[in-house]
Order: sequence, then C-alpha cells, then structure tokens
Amino acid sequence: MAEELTQEKENTLVEFAPLQEKFGEAIIEVSQGLDCPLIVVKRESIVEVCHVLKSQFGFEQLIDLCGVDMSEYPDYPEDKPQFEVVYHLLSIKNNARIRVKTRANMREMVDSVTEVWSSANWFEREAFDMYGIIFNHHPDLRRILTDYGFEGFPLRKDFPLVGHAEIFFDEAQWRCVYKPNKLENRVLIPKTWPGVDRG
Amino acid sequence: MAEIKNYTLNFGPQHPSAHGVLRLVLELDGEVVERADPHIGLLHRGTEKLFEYKTYHQNIPYFDRFDYVSMMANEHAYALGVEKLLGIEAPERAQYIRVMYAELTRILNHTMWLGAAALDIGAMTIFLYCFREREDIFDFYEEVSGARMHAAYFRPGGVARDLPEGLLAKIKAFTDQFPNYVDEYETLLTENRIWKQRTVEIGAVGAEGALDWSFSGPMIRGSGFEWDLRKTQPYDVYDKMDFDIAVGSAGDSYDRYLIRVEEMRQANRIIQQCVAWLEENEGPVKVDDYKLTNPPRATVKDDMESLIHHFKFFSEGYHVPKGEVYSAVEHPKGEFGVYIVSDGSNKPYRMKVRAPGFPHLQAMDYMARGHMLADVVTILGTQDIVFGEVDR
Repeated sequence: MAEELTQEKENTLVEFAPLQEKFGEAIIEVSQGLDCPLIVVKRESIVEVCHVLKSQFGFEQLIDLCGVDMSEYPDYPEDKPQFEVVYHLLSIKNNARIRVKTRANMREMVDSVTEVWSSANWFEREAFDMYGIIFNHHPDLRRILTDYGFEGFPLRKDFPLVGHAEIFFDEAQWRCVYKPNKLENRVLIPKTWPGVDRG
Repeated sequence: MAEIKNYTLNFGPQHPSAHGVLRLVLELDGEVVERADPHIGLLHRGTEKLFEYKTYHQNIPYFDRFDYVSMMANEHAYALGVEKLLGIEAPERAQYIRVMYAELTRILNHTMWLGAAALDIGAMTIFLYCFREREDIFDFYEEVSGARMHAAYFRPGGVARDLPEGLLAKIKAFTDQFPNYVDEYETLLTENRIWKQRTVEIGAVGAEGALDWSFSGPMIRGSGFEWDLRKTQPYDVYDKMDFDIAVGSAGDSYDRYLIRVEEMRQANRIIQQCVAWLEENEGPVKVDDYKLTNPPRATVKDDMESLIHHFKFFSEGYHVPKGEVYSAVEHPKGEFGVYIVSDGSNKPYRMKVRAPGFPHLQAMDYMARGHMLADVVTILGTQDIVFGEVDR
C-alpha cells in the first residue's frame, strides 16, 4: 500500500518535472493532493509559472483564486508567510485540474495574473478585499464585495465575526451612519479537535 | 454645434431586470455601451466568514442560500467535498436520489431563468408557463425535506431521509408530462421573430473569450466546447446515466437559450432513469457511521448509545481530517465549486465558494461593449445571474 502511494506520487512528479527543471528553486513543492496535484511557487515567479502552465501544460482556465489566512492554522511554521494565495486551474483539453499556491506576508505584493487570464481581475479584487493581499500590476484594485468605504479585511483571522461597526439610520442627518459595534462575540459551539480532553 | 459627450447611466440596484441587486454603471455613447462596470456586493452576507464559526453540519443550510434558485445543486458540491475529505462515499440509493434531485433542480433553475430572462426581453406569457412547472418541483422539494426552497437535504454521507411513499409516482407523472411543457415554451420562443431579433448575435463570445473569462456550464458550451462535468469528471452515479450534452456554435444568447432548453429535456431523461432505478432498489440513504450522520429517531428513544451519538452529532458535530479539497459540480449555471481547508477540527478552517456567476458577470464589460443599452438586459439575462452566489 505504502509502495503504491509513493509510486503514484512519483508519477505526478514526472508530469511536472519540466517545470521544476525550468524554474528550479522557485518551485518549492510539487505533490499529489487529495483531489489534484499541488504546486507551491515562490512569490516572485508566480506569473511566469502561470504563463508556462497555460501555454505548455494546457491549463487554459483560471477556475478560482482565493486567499487563505494561515495565521491560526495548527502547527503552521511561524517563519512561513501569513497568507496563501490559491489558484485552481483547469485544463479542458486534457481534462485535468491543478492547484497552485504562493505565499505572502502582510504588505508583500503578489504579482497579478490578469495578464495570463483576464478573469483573475475580480478574483484578485476579492482576495484584496477580504485579506488585504496586494496584487502588483493589477489594472483596477478596488474593493469588490464589501460596502463603499468599508474598513478592515473581514476574512482575516483577527477580524471579529461580528465586525467593528454597525449601520444606523440617523434621523437628524437623514442618512445612514456607522457606529461602533456593541455586539459581543458569542461562541455557541467551541472548536474542538479529536482526542483532545474537553473536560 | 453643441458638444456631444458620453454619459454615464446608473442601472440598478433597484431595477426590475437587474436580477436582484446589481448596480451597473454604464458609459454610453448615444445608445451604445462603451464601458460597463458592475458594482456587486449589495447582497454580501459574509457567508465565508460565518462558515469558519459553524460546524460542518451547521454549514449545510448556508449553501441553499447561495444560488437561491438551485438550492440542492449547491449542497451537492459541499456534500461531495466533505465526503472526499472524510474518505467516505454515500450509499448507492443516496447517490441516485441526489442525482435525481440535482436534475430536478436543473429544471427548477432553467424554468426560472427562462421565465425571468424572457420577461426582461418582453415576453410575458412564458413567465407564467414556467412558474407553473416550478410549483410542482417545489412540491417535490417539500415532500422530501419539509421546505419548499431551502431544503438542506443533501448531507455529507448521503441525504437527510429516504423518499416518502408515493413520491416517485408523482415525479414519474411529472416527467411524463414535462417534455410537452418544454414544447410549449418552444412554440412561444424558438421561432419567434422578436425573440430571435433580440437574442441572435447578442453577447456573442468566441472560444478564446470563453476560456479567458473562465466561463463554465451553458456559457462555455454555447461557445462550442463539449465540456460538462457530469460527463468529463463524473460524480455520484452520473457515469451510469444516459444523456447527451447540447453544444452551441455561435456563442450568442440564442445558442445559450437553445442549450438550456435542451438541458431541460436531458435532465428529464436522467430523472426518468433515476426513478426507474429507485423504484426497483431499496437500501440505506446515508452512511452507516453514527459519528458522521444522525442515528434514526426511533433508536434515540430507547438506546443509550444512539442518544449519545445524536447529542454529539448535533452539538459538537464531527471532526474532518486535516487537508484541503476542491470539489466541483455541474451546477445549472456552470461550475460550482467549494474549496475546503480543514485543520482537523469540527469547523472548516477556510471555505471558499467558487460561484459560476462571479466570472460570468465579470465578463459583462467584455460582452456588452458595442451593444445597445437594451441588449445589456439580454446579456444579463443570458448569463443567468443570481446575486446570492455572486455576492456570497
């Protein structure tokens, strides 16, 4: 069983060997995930890697792009950057999927892949809106889902679930105004891990 | 001579053909669209944040509220994703039920789309016709889950409960009738001169554009790709089903209309096959592991262990092994995917929903440029936008 698994792993590695050869150090990891291969790329080379994946490996479509805040992930090394940007690519020609990841700290810029796939535009805006990840060379990096004039990055782990502000209608000014939030965070069901004594 | 300037028009957010809450800022030169800038997020509810504070079981009902016209199709992606992380597979009967309901949902979505999109363009009768059939499917939803819309019926590990007695006969009667209803829709629209004038060559997207803008579902099939996740990356029992994929050639709104109509007929075929199988075969409808599903109500009354399982399942929930997975289904609107990052606890660490409408709406500017103002409504209609999923 164990042998079979390693065999499988090597097979997928072979597929992306040309990529590793070409980019060398910039490819941090190539492995087989639960559903599709995973490639972790250094932040500086993400655009070139995407270009190659599109033109030589047939990944014509960017299916999804999202940020992940890893700061509260158990056993996540502290020296690794806080944010992950995850790209899901799809090849219609070869009927294949792949997950590409790159990591960035706060205030570090990730190059935008809008020049590779136009659809990255809104996906990157969303990642910026939710996590504050800044995409370099993005044509129009505005907030997208949150309110005009919203403050903070709501999907970061240090942003409280209830938020910071509440909206009210002010009779005197005849418009909506924000006030500091008076709600408190409630935990209905605590987060638990298997095998941990919960008293 | 007076100087003629472009002017900017604010379309929505309270426009009846804005399909909910779209604010579309249009830059017009006369009546020709120069630039379209959709402002979305007016229906943003922060569901992805809420996910991280709820157990896997509590998260199911949120999925109904993404694309609120194809509820069970959303749940399907989630159920499959969690099952993949847990390493379990739903029993065969549950898979057939899920496929049957996913296809009923496809009809539900496409009738809604057809009614609303045609109404936007000016055809009134079709809207009434479509809503007549939707009512029947809502009844099927209600019989099986108790809710007409937000069913929370597909669960990781199967479905919530088995089909009630007599339901299959009703669904069968519906499927026998349904092709006639589709014929009725087609007599109203397919050869209708006004309908063709309003849709042919409107919002045409070539193969290149469809790939570049991450189109999926009927949108990419309209541009000539024979791409359907039910065929190419089959899940549940779709590989045992006999059905065809409709593919367009021109990539315009009319092609996409024809594709969706044909999809309704094909969905009907799949439902008939499922009904035939379900009538013959009995079996469990959820996995036999009471750490992951709730035990039958009757056993909870007199069996201590079942009571504990019941309590644990509904309070603490179940733990999902560490890992990450992306699971996608062929949603009526395109590829609906869920990316789940699990840290081994009873709540997801991060869950991202990939809604098909999001990249479609993004291509609004690309599709509407150079078209007339009235065509913007057609294009919005042909994209089949629902804001529950776009804004999340």
